[in-house]
This record gives sequence, structure tokens and C-alpha cells, in this order.
Amino acid sequence: MSDDLLHTPLFSLHEELGARIVPFAGYAMPLQYPAGIMAEHLHTREHAGLFDVSHMGQVRVRSVDGDMHRAALALERLVPVDVAGLKPGRQRYAFFTNDRGGILDDLMIANMGDWFLVVVNAACKAQDIALMEAGLQPDCIVEPLTNRALLALQGPEAETVLARFMPDVASMKFMDARQGTFDGVPVFVSRSGYTGEDGFEISIPSAEAERVARALVDQPEVMPVGLGARDSLRLEGGMCLYGSDLDDTTTPVEGALEWAVQKARRKGGAREGGFPGSAVVLAQFENGASRRRVGLLPEGRAPVRHGAPLFAQAEGGAQIGVVTSGAFGPQAKAPVAMGYVETAYAPEGTKIFAELRGKRVPVTVAAMPFVPARFKR
Amino acid sequence: MTLYFTKEHEWLRVDGDVAVVGITKHAAEELGEIVFFELNTSASEVKAGDSIAVVESVKAASDVYAPVDGVVTEGNPNLAGNPELISNDPEGEGWMLKLKLTNTAQLSDLMDDAAYHALIS
Repeated sequence: MSDDLLHTPLFSLHEELGARIVPFAGYAMPLQYPAGIMAEHLHTREHAGLFDVSHMGQVRVRSVDGDMHRAALALERLVPVDVAGLKPGRQRYAFFTNDRGGILDDLMIANMGDWFLVVVNAACKAQDIALMEAGLQPDCIVEPLTNRALLALQGPEAETVLARFMPDVASMKFMDARQGTFDGVPVFVSRSGYTGEDGFEISIPSAEAERVARALVDQPEVMPVGLGARDSLRLEGGMCLYGSDLDDTTTPVEGALEWAVQKARRKGGAREGGFPGSAVVLAQFENGASRRRVGLLPEGRAPVRHGAPLFAQAEGGAQIGVVTSGAFGPQAKAPVAMGYVETAYAPEGTKIFAELRGKRVPVTVAAMPFVPARFKR
Repeated sequence: MTLYFTKEHEWLRVDGDVAVVGITKHAAEELGEIVFFELNTSASEVKAGDSIAVVESVKAASDVYAPVDGVVTEGNPNLAGNPELISNDPEGEGWMLKLKLTNTAQLSDLMDDAAYHALIS
């Protein structure tokens, strides 16, 4: 393994747990542990899985004068979501857009009372920090929290496990975020994740991260889970992977993310537009877009993977779309995929074809998630 | 009956001019759980190095290459419904196909058990 890869604070624990380490976004990360991707995936759906996501960027955004509303309005210059209406203790999905309405990254914003916690993708974090440092001037102080690890504890038994250390997490609802202490360690906890299951994301000072991770992984319900199962879990959960399913050429409407743009930012809303590319995006809300992200269920057992072209017919005809994520779904017990199609082919139930090793495999446009979401609303 | 190995981590159990072909335990462990197997039906008469089948794990698709020249006479009929046999018993129930050899001299280029295990250790 190349020496120039960064390590998270949990690297030696991954090695001790027998992880197969791979490079990911500049970090040496666990792809899987000895149990394997299939077992890690199914264990997370049935019990609880512990993920190291410390490679992600954590950023504290504060108003220069302590006025949260001022900081919220500044953030709204960069994202098309309602930040000003995000109550203390609540978190929301968002994305940075460019002036064509393309998505520069997707992220989470949590209102921590007197500051915002922004969590961004590892591969985009330098860009995102620069974007915020420039775009939030002169209203905010942008402080990358480089000295913190991030763990995700996911699955139906996550609450039982975490509540042994932090009893009050049992009262949290999906997308609640708060500060707390884990065995004396000050942490930020949100009830959220990237698996479609109930669960928590826990931000921990780096120096204490290994102790917290060991305490969690020692619980009988918990199995350590690597990036392999993280990807198959999020795909079954119908969630986008930035760089595959979303990029700077896909807009929120094309990406089927209208649900993440609240009324306040849409046409006729209290703070309509005002984000990069808002003219393009708001016009697409009115008129639709020429392509759309959809779920895809291939016939048979062959996984249809990223890059597979999509066609309307079993033979001939022009390409009408492309698969952006695809794999065998261990819980769905079938191949599952998502991709972009021309809007005419986007309705659920539409029969199309994916080209796989020179053959066209029938594929049905399907609702996502592919397994029922089990968030604690 | 003689057992041969390739550096592409396949095994061949040769009896006369017929070889049963599969992937090694080491390859199966590296690939992770197998979820799909399919013979490349467009190629029944194959040259060494041709893709003769595809095997997919939860992570990725991989080609299986013809270790020597031959004619594919049969695929393991149990793999379509139970591709996990390849993960669970790669050198037994998870055999992939039978190959009628057309150039048995090529077998001398392959490895025996000791040479293969030296390669992967």
C-alpha cells in the first residue's frame, strides 16, 4: 500500500480487525473485514454495523457575529435547500450547485444550536471548503474540523447499542442532531446514515476515536463493516453516490432530488432561488428535465454495473440512458441498479434494456429504495 | 487424472483429453462472494487466453480465461441457480466447465500443486 495515502484515526484498528485495505479518495480505507461484503451487508440489515467514515469532511460554520440566521442565509447562497428554517437540533440533506445547476457535491447540514455542522464527501472536501471560505464571506467563519473522526453505527439494533453508552439517544428521531458524551468523550451525534436503516453518525475527537470504536465493535450486536458493503447498502437504499450517480452535470431535478429542495427556495417561496444555477433549476421544476435518475431492476441474476448503456429496444435503436450504479443486492437477493434515462422512459414499470457483454438484458424502471427504509421518524 | 494450475488462478483436472476447469480457493477468496456465473456461449472452440466465462462477485465482474486450447463441451448446470457454490467449494462442487483439449502439449506450461502454492504464498 502506497505510503502517501492518509490514515484515519482508526487505521490500526482496521488492521487489527483483519481488514482488506484499499485506497479511496486519498485514504487507506477498509474495503471489507474477514466476514466479507455479503455477511457485513446482511448483518447491518439484521443487527448493527460499524463504519469508519472519518475520511469525510467535517466543517464548523459559524456566523461572524453569533447570528445563526445570518449564517443560514449565507449558506443558502450555496445550496438550494431551506437552511434558515432548519431548527436547532435538526439536520438536512443538501447539495452545492454550480451556475449551470449542476451538483458540485452532496452534503449534510446540521443546526447545532449556535453553529452549523457541515459534512461533505472525502473526494470533494478541499473543493467544498474553498467554496465555503469564498462563498460565505463576509458572514461566516469556516473551520474544518480536521481533528475529528466520524463513525456510523447502522442497523435495527443501533439504538440499543448506542443507548448503553448514551441513554438519551433513544429519544432522538430521524435527522435529529445534538451534542453529547460517550463515556466522558464529547461527541456530536445525528440519527442518520447511508444504509436505509435506522442508525447514528458520531463525530469524535481523533484522540478518543479508537476507544469509542472499540467499545462499540465489542458489543455483541455489532460487526465492523467496510466500504464494499457501505456501497451495496446505500444502493439498495436508493441513495446517490456522488461522482457516480450525481456530478457537476446533473441537476437536482435530473437527479430526482426535488424532495430536498423545500418550498421556501422554489418559485413563489419566501426565499426563492438565490443559489448558483437557480434559474436553470427552477425552470426545470416548472418544465421538467430531459433526463431523470431512476431505479432499475434487471431481469435474471447478472449484475448490471456502472457504465452499462440503456436502450429502449432489445435490438438497435439509439442509446436512451446509462447505468450509474449497479450491483447484486444481498438483501434484495437480486441485481439492483440506478441510472439516468430520457424522461419518456422514467415512469415506473417501463421496460428497457441494459447492454451487458454485448447482450441486451431486460430491465424494469422501479421505485427506490429496493428494500424498505426503516428510519425512526 | 492430473491436477494443473494456471497463474490466472484456475485449476484443471485432466483425465485423458478432457479437463474439468474451475477457479482456485485462493481466487475465490480474493473475489469475494460469487453472485453470478455465465459461460461465454459465443465461444465453444477456444484458444488459450480467450474469455470462456464470466464470474461476478458482490464487488466486480471478472473474466475466466481458457487455460489451454480446447472445445467447451459442458458448463456446470448447478451454477446458474447456485453461483455461491463457486465461493463455498471452488475446487469441488463449484467447478465451472469441461474442456475437450485440442493441444495437450500446452499442459506442460502449467503449474503443479507445489508450484502454484509457492506462487500464492
